[in-house]
Amino acid sequence: MNENGIGARVRRKEDKRFITGRGNYTDDINRHGQTHAVFLRSPHAHARIVSIDTKAAMAAGAVAVLTGKDVADAGINGLPCGWLIHNKDGSPMKEPGHPVIALDRVRHVGDIVAMVIAESKNQAKDLAELVEVDYEVLPAAVNAVEALKPGAPQVHDDVEGNLCYDWHLGEKDPVDAAFAQAAHVTKLDVYNNRLAPNAMEPRAAIGEYDRATGEHTLYTTSQNPHVIRLLMGAFVLGLPEHKLRVVSPDVGGGFGSKIFHYAEEAAVTWAAKVVGRPIKWNSDRSEAFISDAQGRDHHTHAELALDNDGKFLGFRVSTTANMGAYLSTFSTSIPTYLYATLLAGLYATPAIYAEVKAAFTNTVPVDAYRGAGRPEACFVVESIVDKAARETGRDPAALRKLNLIPASAMPYQTPVALQYDSGDFVKNIDDALKVIDYDGFPARCDASKKKGMLRGIGLSSYIEACGIAPSTVAGALGARAGLYESAEVRVHPTGSVTVFTGSHSHGQGHETTFAQIVCERLGVPIENVEVVHGDTGKIPFGMGTYGSRSLAVGGVALHNSLEKVIAKGRKIAAHMMEAAETDVEFKDGHYRVAGTDKELAFGAIALQAYVPHNFPHDELEPGLDETSFYDPKNFTYPNGCHICEVEIDPDTGVTRIERFVAVDDFGNIINPMIVEGQVHGGIMQGIGQALCEDCIYDESGQLLTGSYMDYCMPKADMVPFYEVGTNVVPCTHNALGVKGAGEAGTIGAAAAVINAIRHATGVGDIQMPATSQRVWQAINASAAQAAE
Amino acid sequence: MPTVSMTVNGRKMSGECEERTLLVSFLRETLGLTGTHVGCDTSQCGACCVHVNGDSVKSCTLLAVQADGAEITTIEGVANGEELHAIQEAFRDNHGLQCGFCTPGMIMSALDLLKHNANPSETEIRHHLEGNLCRCTGYHNIVKSIQAAAVAMGGAS
Repeated sequence: MNENGIGARVRRKEDKRFITGRGNYTDDINRHGQTHAVFLRSPHAHARIVSIDTKAAMAAGAVAVLTGKDVADAGINGLPCGWLIHNKDGSPMKEPGHPVIALDRVRHVGDIVAMVIAESKNQAKDLAELVEVDYEVLPAAVNAVEALKPGAPQVHDDVEGNLCYDWHLGEKDPVDAAFAQAAHVTKLDVYNNRLAPNAMEPRAAIGEYDRATGEHTLYTTSQNPHVIRLLMGAFVLGLPEHKLRVVSPDVGGGFGSKIFHYAEEAAVTWAAKVVGRPIKWNSDRSEAFISDAQGRDHHTHAELALDNDGKFLGFRVSTTANMGAYLSTFSTSIPTYLYATLLAGLYATPAIYAEVKAAFTNTVPVDAYRGAGRPEACFVVESIVDKAARETGRDPAALRKLNLIPASAMPYQTPVALQYDSGDFVKNIDDALKVIDYDGFPARCDASKKKGMLRGIGLSSYIEACGIAPSTVAGALGARAGLYESAEVRVHPTGSVTVFTGSHSHGQGHETTFAQIVCERLGVPIENVEVVHGDTGKIPFGMGTYGSRSLAVGGVALHNSLEKVIAKGRKIAAHMMEAAETDVEFKDGHYRVAGTDKELAFGAIALQAYVPHNFPHDELEPGLDETSFYDPKNFTYPNGCHICEVEIDPDTGVTRIERFVAVDDFGNIINPMIVEGQVHGGIMQGIGQALCEDCIYDESGQLLTGSYMDYCMPKADMVPFYEVGTNVVPCTHNALGVKGAGEAGTIGAAAAVINAIRHATGVGDIQMPATSQRVWQAINASAAQAAE
Repeated sequence: MPTVSMTVNGRKMSGECEERTLLVSFLRETLGLTGTHVGCDTSQCGACCVHVNGDSVKSCTLLAVQADGAEITTIEGVANGEELHAIQEAFRDNHGLQCGFCTPGMIMSALDLLKHNANPSETEIRHHLEGNLCRCTGYHNIVKSIQAAAVAMGGAS
């Protein structure tokens, strides 16, 4: 194996700049003559804007104060939604306008009312206080289920009953038939708590306009700068792409929240031309809580039908999803095609039917947050399977194994649209049970009891659809874009290599992983490979990074470009060594003529490509620079088993995570160190959702958990070291055999934690987040009930 | 506007700023030391940790004028030229960072721990990180990095 090639634990190339303070995040960038913007935001969840008076702010020195009227007068369009969902009856979803700055009505706390531009951020903040806005406060719709009831406050006048769509998937009749013959039916009601993504770097944006060239530049904290250029240029501002450059430099985490095209990006880009100076905006954390798209927020009722042997016969699910006040970029696809399609889980349930209603409310828009639909699906499936095991007196691990899709059944067509290509789900569970010593649990439980503590163990087996996405499938399901990826491999005359990828790293380590693929295929030393991402001015095109797609889509595009480079190099080598192209083989960085001692190093070929003094020009072009666009044939299906063991103090309700084991199948692995890191972080986010994180809105639509004083972020002392391992079953339909690892931890972890708490307490309906208060109340309510 | 002077990473530096300017803003915007980050507005996240007269301080909790005359060390001053400090090596060796945004604060905070406790237990490290948030790593490899740094710096065995 190449020491820095595929499979090696290579230390990250990007780390040096981060550990020495030389990262280059958007807020670290300053442009000559820049101004600073502060967005004045609505303090009300729902109100009519009666008037806005900007005179005092202007008189006190504002460079400009721009309002919704200015936006409308400039002919700027609203922010688009990227995924069209159709109702059960085939009609399209409701898609109300989402203005860059509110014109006459605000629909959530944090909705933008005015943009105040000044010489410094502090001055802009001061001046924003001088902008007088007269509001007529309206009643707010907050809870999604309540918002769909008759008489609820209307978020948008043109969306009757706040219903965005009423959608379904699967066949209802076979499911009803399955329930008619069930020996046992398990019912479950769960609320999947709303979360704030909380990348540690708050969003930021700098808009700049060059009068000499007519070119706009936007620096932004985005996971997908080309997508932003496309959405903002073509749909919102009407700027041609050759005059619009979007740069996403180092980005401090995304977790989905930096996929979307946000109003602030369009505002600074547009206004920079209006004021004739660059404009910088960076979000405060409190501002992020009311302006970054949030995640989850599903109310679900589910029913599982089992036969006498414990085999699953049918599964039906009804979910109400909260969209928030407006449709964020991919919001509509999350509770539909990224959620209901995963409701088969790992099980061979023959009949599944899901209904999803999406509601508008006067809350911050909801969109993809790490896992995006799949954690919600996993939580429903793994909660109801555990509950069914308890109700029917079966061991939860045994019930799962009884119903798993066997490896021999691959490829497996589920009743909810997906075709799983590969996986050995039984082995995942068996491996995880062994690591945690499942058989030894009763003894550990006894030991806890002797200390007066409760102990529980919880399983969660998950599968996810990643490598988003095959464009044909995505298009058929309503996506308004293709979801391929591009990669350009530029070999320089001296043999070093620059890779331009449309994927984007905001912590995932592309600069290392992608370099390892180059290193493996071309035999080039890793220090001679540079991976460039995050700049539409340099990279051919790209759909960016989300849905665990970088390696499974972008990595395969890179692989394909490398194959093209090798093939072109073979032509050059054949010419130079006067051999037939078919006789030239490439291995370990050398072209060799089979059966001879003739060979040329890759570097020599690279030089010849750019010094082609005797090329036969009809057959061979100079240069060694190849580009590929790769569109996957199917989703990839990472899968695994997570097991959590907890100890709970019944006097305080405090849950301690004693062990957390994960066995995951990510297909082939390029850098195990990076993959483990992805799993660790994902698990922590799942644990955070399970134990402490919660966006709580009051009845008037105020976010009560709107800062780190109130929103409980997981901390280092909440967890032990995680025990992670892999069960490699290569993906069958991409050249690298990879599946993706970015979201797995978050998808699997929450259900494992909650199932462990349910097991420890014997209380089956504990909801997330299982705070100590909630656990204590559940234990005591259950004890009181038992005493009656 | 008052002029504030301080010794930052061994160099005397000064600049003008409004009285209300936070130390972190002064470091980032006036002195151009953007390695120190701002991740919240309630002094919880710890991304802005620097050393003030040898102690770890969240630089969003101090006005720049309060640090007038102080000795400040930021993440830019931890390495010796191009030679990384043992704790920086440990973070790199143990994949103790992903997006890198919390990392400067983590390193400055961990250095403070190791100064006062050369051989901290896993529990002590986890408790010490109470004031530093990371959203990427699940803290696993940060704790490993600090353990490795303790060994490399001669504390732990």
